[in-house]
Amino acid sequence: MSLVSIKNLAVAFQTRKGEVNAVRGVSLELERGETLAVVGESGSGKSVTSYALMRILDRGGRIKAGDVTYSGIDLRKATERAMRDIRGREISMIFQNPRSALNPIRKVGDQIANVLVQHRIATRQTAKAKAIEAMEAVRIRDAEQRYSAYPFELSGGMCQRIVIAMALACEPRLLVADEPTTGLDVTTQKTVMDLVADLIKERGLSAILITHDLGLASAYADRVVVMQNGVIVEEGASEMMLVRPHHPYTQKLVAATPRKGAGVRDLLPEEARTPLPDKRPVGAPILQVRRLRKTFGAGANAVEAVKGVSFSIGEGESVGLVGESGCGKSTTSSMVVRLLDPTSGEILFRGDDLATIPASRFTRDKRRGGIQMVFQDATDSLNPRHTSARSIEDPLIRLSTLSRAERAAKVAETAALVGLPEHLLSRFPHQLSGGQKARVGIARAIVLEPQLLILDEPTAALDVSIQALVLNLLVDLQAKLGMSYLFVSHDLGVVRLLTDRVIVMRGGEIVEEGATADVMDRPSHEYTKSLIEAVPQPRMIPAEPLSANAAAG
Amino acid sequence: MSDAALTPPRQRGALSHIGYVLRSNPVTMVAFGLLGLILFVGVFGPAIAPYDPLASNAANALQPPSAAHWFGTDNLGRDVFSRVLVATRLDLIISVAAVALSFVIGSVLGALAGYYGGIADKVVSRALDTIMAFPLFVLAMGIVAAMGNTIENIIYATAIINVPFYARVVRAEVNIRRDAGFAQAAKLSGNTDWRVLALHIFPNALPPLMVQVSLNMGWAILNAAGLSFIGLGVRPPTPEWGIMVAEGAQYIVSGEWWLALFPGLALMLAVFTFNLLGDGLRDMVDPRMRT
Repeated sequence: MSLVSIKNLAVAFQTRKGEVNAVRGVSLELERGETLAVVGESGSGKSVTSYALMRILDRGGRIKAGDVTYSGIDLRKATERAMRDIRGREISMIFQNPRSALNPIRKVGDQIANVLVQHRIATRQTAKAKAIEAMEAVRIRDAEQRYSAYPFELSGGMCQRIVIAMALACEPRLLVADEPTTGLDVTTQKTVMDLVADLIKERGLSAILITHDLGLASAYADRVVVMQNGVIVEEGASEMMLVRPHHPYTQKLVAATPRKGAGVRDLLPEEARTPLPDKRPVGAPILQVRRLRKTFGAGANAVEAVKGVSFSIGEGESVGLVGESGCGKSTTSSMVVRLLDPTSGEILFRGDDLATIPASRFTRDKRRGGIQMVFQDATDSLNPRHTSARSIEDPLIRLSTLSRAERAAKVAETAALVGLPEHLLSRFPHQLSGGQKARVGIARAIVLEPQLLILDEPTAALDVSIQALVLNLLVDLQAKLGMSYLFVSHDLGVVRLLTDRVIVMRGGEIVEEGATADVMDRPSHEYTKSLIEAVPQPRMIPAEPLSANAAAG
Repeated sequence: MSDAALTPPRQRGALSHIGYVLRSNPVTMVAFGLLGLILFVGVFGPAIAPYDPLASNAANALQPPSAAHWFGTDNLGRDVFSRVLVATRLDLIISVAAVALSFVIGSVLGALAGYYGGIADKVVSRALDTIMAFPLFVLAMGIVAAMGNTIENIIYATAIINVPFYARVVRAEVNIRRDAGFAQAAKLSGNTDWRVLALHIFPNALPPLMVQVSLNMGWAILNAAGLSFIGLGVRPPTPEWGIMVAEGAQYIVSGEWWLALFPGLALMLAVFTFNLLGDGLRDMVDPRMRT
């Protein structure tokens, strides 16, 4: 008998617009000791399925039909009391954002101890020792000292280990991991996932890994289930899924996953592939950064975020700026885009030193329109009270001399350029999907026709198929408008696709710089090597997985 | 999901959104109905009052409610119903003016403190704490007593004691959005700090502010009536709910309950109405409620 058996599960949510069927007849089986990955994009119902299993659906959500059994127990009929016992003791869950899963004002050790006492694994007297044991089990060094740390004192990866320790503290038999590494750096992602995989093997657990990342799923799971719009479209062994996906949706997902050897056009479905525009030759340097330095704070508390970096970007060139969080790449890009004043150094934009103009004054400078930025989080970067049209128009109102009618025409033209349908222009951000919001953000950044565009992880919050569209859009826009890109990212797969040259930063310094292909294939610095190795290597992921004739592109 | 993208384009104006908010919540509908009634009485009170609210008639004093005098008559023979109706305008003017003043002052102070932080934040926050440290009604009493017993001074006093509430809400709402992506994007679009603050960040604080406004309107009315009740504020014979309750209170023991009850009920109804408005007002100014 399988450990978990879900049959024809249907979950509906009551919303203002009426009933939304989030899951429509899903059936899955999970064997003991098996790791199953549920893969799908946002809105596919993958998380809702697992919440239904744990019976922790949001208010307004209910299981409409189907059976959910866990080792013979009918979970739909179980009392709330019985469910409380099952959660944690039998089934445990790791959530997406480890920081928000931890209580910010309690010591992390106490939080683990609390779980142990609640489930009667430990008594008050033994709780601390057991909690430290649990922390050591997830390979936290100096567990005794870390016991008294608060979540804000720990890194994201360390917080996720605490959450894993909590999830495993009661020795559950089933672990449900909902996007456990989203938002973590690539090297942290690898260590966390390796840890989870080790623990699963060590303790003979069954696991459900919920993720949008097909690469991650195939690297760590035995079997993969692909969901779309609330139904399972494909199911199979993880190796086979990537080599011979059958369902068109899976094929699209596989194709959209950035991988070695694939160009940016290869990410698109075959029918949507247009010839790649000719790359313009890289011109004279448009941006020269010299000995740029930024120190936050003063005196003994001073933190040197950027320690004198120098680089340049040529006209029409795409330069990638990569590194893990805290390496200074965002600080550098903020200074280049003139949102932040450098402590010292020069930012030469077409020969003029912009570093001498304070950021607060530069907003009214006539060169302001020449450097624009696409922000990481499209939702956060759009004013919730402004329609798409108003958001795109804003730079024109402030920095151009166009009349109202001319501005409206320019907005419509730019929207068309980024592939934003006209009827979406009157919508507010919350009425748009993630990909549409990203397009609005890009349209706003290019409406002034800047010469330099800074892209701060523009696809980090997007689904892979949307990411594929946005990346291609960026390539096309660059060819059409001749902009230079500074592409800030920790996602090396994406950087490889989009950039000509790459700069690797660590601890506020540039450790390696060179042509993207050279750096990626023959990294000279140890740190770059570790970054590249940390990218999940799906088992047997081929460069051209679909068919032989896909090479046209 | 992509369902939203497939529906045909539909432009919704502000009016239809207000209509939607009213329809979706019966409590809001009732609250706005009552508000309409109060505003109507405030505007047309003197015109629809059956008697002159100031005309005394000693022969007809202290009459219980009857067909001729719905709310009875007071110790000078004045019609209580007419006085309650006419008093509406004065009480509304005091509370609306006071709330408007504290809204503006509180928003400016809170926005500056929240956006610039540092010294500006310290000065503003400590000044507000100082105000909050007083029992607010006593502070209002002190202000009116010191500055003189006029309607303007009641308004100023009520405004001052309400400023900290607005300033704190705005400070918090502005502070969390100071470094939001859309604020940075606005700077890249050529907006100066002032514009970013006033046009991009501050409007996002409006929904919680509306809840504050509705609660404050109730407090402001109570505060004005309270000041008049203890003899600081509107002077007799001007009809005002607070004075009427105060004057009527002494007659309750002798059985003439209608003098204090009806103005008290009017006061209660007004406070109740304003408190109910909060959720509806918030939903009206929140674009995210539009679907």
